[in-house]
Order: sequence, then structure tokens, then C-alpha cells
Amino acid sequence: MRIGGHPILSFEKKKELHFTFNGRDLIGYEGDTIAAALHDNGIMHYSSSILHKRPRGFYCAIGNCGSCNMTVDGILNVKTCMTPLQDGMIVESEADEVTIHEE
Amino acid sequence: MIKRTGVPTKEQIQGKFHSLEQLTKPKAIIECYQEIPCNPCSTSCPVGAITIGEDINQIPIIDFDRCTGCGMCVYSCPGLAIMVASIKEDKAYFKVPHELLPRPSVGDIWSGVNRNGDIICDAIIERVMLNKNTDYTCVITASIPKTYLYDFVTVRCPL
Amino acid sequence: MRNRDLIIVGGGPAGLSAARVALEAGLSVTIIERANRLGGQLIKQTHKFFGSKEEYAKTRGIDIATILIHDLDEFSDQLEVLNEATVVGMYKDYVLTVYQGHDYFKYKAKAIIIATGASEKVLAFENNDLPGIYGAGAVQTLMNLYGVLPGQTVVMVGSGNIGLIVSYQMIQAGVKVKALLEASSHIGGYLVHASKLVRLGVPILTKTTVKRAIGTNKIQQIETVQLDENWNYIAGTETVIDCDALCISVGLTPLHQLLSMADIEMIYINELGGLIPKKNEHYETSMPRVYACGDVTGIEEASSAMVEGKIAGLMASRDLGRSHPNFETLEQEFKDQLQNLRQGPCGEKIRSGLTRAGEQL
Repeated sequence: MRIGGHPILSFEKKKELHFTFNGRDLIGYEGDTIAAALHDNGIMHYSSSILHKRPRGFYCAIGNCGSCNMTVDGILNVKTCMTPLQDGMIVESEADEVTIHEE
Repeated sequence: MIKRTGVPTKEQIQGKFHSLEQLTKPKAIIECYQEIPCNPCSTSCPVGAITIGEDINQIPIIDFDRCTGCGMCVYSCPGLAIMVASIKEDKAYFKVPHELLPRPSVGDIWSGVNRNGDIICDAIIERVMLNKNTDYTCVITASIPKTYLYDFVTVRCPL
Repeated sequence: MRNRDLIIVGGGPAGLSAARVALEAGLSVTIIERANRLGGQLIKQTHKFFGSKEEYAKTRGIDIATILIHDLDEFSDQLEVLNEATVVGMYKDYVLTVYQGHDYFKYKAKAIIIATGASEKVLAFENNDLPGIYGAGAVQTLMNLYGVLPGQTVVMVGSGNIGLIVSYQMIQAGVKVKALLEASSHIGGYLVHASKLVRLGVPILTKTTVKRAIGTNKIQQIETVQLDENWNYIAGTETVIDCDALCISVGLTPLHQLLSMADIEMIYINELGGLIPKKNEHYETSMPRVYACGDVTGIEEASSAMVEGKIAGLMASRDLGRSHPNFETLEQEFKDQLQNLRQGPCGEKIRSGLTRAGEQL
């Protein structure tokens, strides 16, 4: 969900980008990181922890924690919070036997 | 107390208002109750009415005789801790900083709020100033019933 | 191997300030920055800064970043900036290994300034790994860089300056901040920040912390509990608050890893946030011509980070044989500025920490 108006900052409408997350078609905007675009779509759960299958997703937003790692265009362990979104990107969770709960 | 709640006591607030007689003209009320390294109120005052000194941690001292109530300190204070107050007949007039949306329009009736965040009265919006110098800090002039002089701190948009 | 004179790791307020001074002294400077742009955490700070004119008081953090970056424009011939480049290793032979995109480079410097800043601490409580629980910095990034809401009803944990400021920024973005929890008995940050929140109707609950987060695949509620003088839970004081995001702001800790990796002498100082390098009054670490400045030397404010950066730039350029033309005047000026920032009651923690680290104040 995007901020409507802001008393200090201005957010211009940017170019629409199309990407997929686990096969689901989503829209983001130029200038977004993959994680910011996912969050805007209400998706905060990106994968699951290996042993207990606890949900993992957006956390530090600055490349320190590794919680947001996903496979992007076939490349493993991409820090989605630091990676700019590009048109046509294919974003996939990294875990086996994962059930992702979405909105 | 203020260190626990963020709210000054009545005595602390009244201490910042100095003499009521001088409030027939607008004067700056600097609600700085803690020594922090900061001095833009002092350096922004065009008439040198605010003194902090070499040690920028010192609490600002205002000279009410010099203060013209221009309000430059209101939008210069990074803590949004300064307002300008004056009394005319049965009303008190305040210039307060506002960095939220929505912004009011002149003539609107908003709520007057106290330091605890409670609505205490109606506030008539008299003037709205926002320009390059204020750097996105809106300075709102509002009038309220004089009885709330020491309680009022800002305006809030009605729901 | 790419050889350089001075490499500055980190393009935030400390790194940019160091660069400016070193460039003025005539050095060639390389800044290596992990993010896709310079400015560090300043680019998310929408509030007006404190301090004095020299530290850009009353200027918004985002605008200070622009000023510091443009201050380097006139030196473009001497300056090299690598963005989206992470320094992954620092070695005793002054080699820095850098990862940029899919490429891997080795740089060898005559002098290095580490200005890597800090990262957020975490808080341990049941279910603290639920999606929707974020650090304050993450919330700032989402809101102020990307215009995305972190949630619609949020609870903040921590009343230091960051917790207080980010709570206010959330309100500015249209988020409802239901409460701010502070474990100790008093507000940690500037009271003016706290006052702004209270008058907006945000309750500040001292001696209160989060006991557990509740939710299936994301946070839906938190359970708070009050604390006694010994920081123990007081049974029976649990309260549940509905929220769709929880923001944790419990302090920062220096990003010391490169310094530790090069076996530089470090010391653990609680008041300064964690592990910091031992440094002399020239901001030089135990490794000659390796300097550190900003939050990596102890958690403080951007204002002091800028001044420390300037001192580090002054010293690095002198030690490389290019003393700044106004070396003595500036050295005194910068040291006086730092003292001024730290001499009040708010500087007590820093002064105490630095004294414990064995530094002269």
C-alpha cells in the first residue's frame, strides 16, 4: 500500500513494471526494490525457515540480515531488499515444501 | 516527570510564558526543557532575542522586550518546540508549527489540543504560512478562548 | 590489483565529510558504497537536524545528504565513487576485496578510512521473527525511499531518538501509531521529540515491553507486559494490542566486521553500542594509516559523524604527505565542535564510553 500524500516528500507516479512472484503476476514501479514492490502488494512472507518452516520475509531492508533472500531470474540468494525491480523479473521463494500464505 | 511522560508540568509551562502583560504583543514561547546540543532558534532570530551562548547545550533564554513575535524560530526549531503567543481581549492567538497533512485553510475550525493530546477547545484558523523559507514546516496562526492559554499547544484536524 | 591512495569505505555523513577534507588537501579519493547512492542513512531523514550551523542545524537530513554530495562536485577529477559495491574483506596488507554486481575486485590502498556506520540491534521475545516485525530503519526505508506503508496500525518499541523520530515519520505518512513502549523508567531520546508524539495522542508507556508477538503468518497483535525495577515481568500486567506491524528500535551497534577481520585492536564498550576499534586522537586505529569515524567508532549522531569524518580526512591526508593547507586551524576547530556537541548532559553516555575505551576527551 502506497503513501497517499506526504507533508515533506513527494512521490511522483513512476513507470509501471510487471514481475512475477512464485508465478503470480504483480505490478511494481520503477525505482522500487523487489522487496518494496512485494510489500506494496501486501506480500511480506517470502520463504520459510528450513527446519521449523517459520515464515521469513522483509526485515532489515538494508542488506544485513539475509531474511529477504530469494531466487531472482534463476540466480540464488539475491538480496531482494537491495535489488532494483526490473520489468519481467521472475522472483521465487527459496525453500522446499513451502506453503506461502498470501493475502 | 517530563522525562517519563514527555509532558511538562504547569509550572514549567508557565515559566516559559514569563509576564502576561507583555503578551499583548506576540512573543515566542520556547518549550525547551532539556539541555541538548542545538541552537538554530538563536541563530535564526533576526533581532537577537534568543540567547544560547558558546555551549550550545544550554537552554535558550528569550528576551521578551526584543522579541517581535515574527515566528522565524517557530519553523527553525528542529524539535517543533516553539510557538508564538499573544492575548487580545478574550482570545489567545498562537502561531504553531505543523508538519502533517492535511493542512488547514483560513477560516477552518479545527480542534485545539493540549500537551497530553486531549482536545480542549475549538481553534479558528486565522492564517496559514508555508513557503521556501519555512522548508515544509507550515506555520499556522490559530485563535482560541483565552482561558486555555497555558493548556493549548497545537491544532488538530477534526475527524 | 587496483592501487589507490585513499579509500573510504562508506558514503554516509562520516565518509562524505572525510572525502571533502582529503580532496581539499589534494588527495585522490575513492569512496566505496554498498547502496546504489551516496548519503548513508541521511537520505531517509525527513526531519530537521539539531546541532549548530556547522552541522547544518535546521536543515532536513535528506537535504544535508544532497549538500554533502554536491560539496564533492568541484573535485570530480580527484574523486572516484563506486556504488552498489560491497567491501567484503579487509586485509593486513591494505588490500580491500570488493564485490560489485557479478564482479570481484581487489584494491590496495595507502590509507583506508572505515566509515561503515552501524546496524540495528534485535530484541528477543516470543515470535520475534514474524513478518511485520521490522527495525525502525527498515520502516524508514519503506516509507521515505519507496513511499510504501509499513502497516496501518503500528506499535513502536524503544524511546531513543530513532524510535521517537520514526514514530513521528509514520504519523506523517498516514500510519496510526498506537503506542510507544519503553522498557526503562524514562524516555531515552530528546524530550522535544517525545512531546510531539504525546500531543498527537500517542501514549508513551514506560517500564513496558513486548512479551510476545501473536499471529499465524504475520503479526496481528502483541502482548505487552510491565517491568519492575529489576527488569522482570510483573505477572498480571499483560495487555494485548492489535497491530499489523511492530517496529523495533532498541539501539544500534557498530558495523565493525572489516576492522575485526584485519585483526585491528577492538574493545567492547556498551555505552557506544558494542565492539569499536581502539583509536588514538587522530582517529587512527592500531593498524597504521587505517582510520575509523562515525557510528562505527561508537553510536552517536550524524552531527558528530560529520565532524569525526572531517578529522579522519585531515589525518589521512597529512599521513600521506598532503597536509591540508589549514591543518592546524581546522584540527582545533573540529575538536572544539565535537566537544561542544558532547559537553551537555546528552553527551554523558558518549563521554563515559570514550573514557572507558581509554580515549582522551
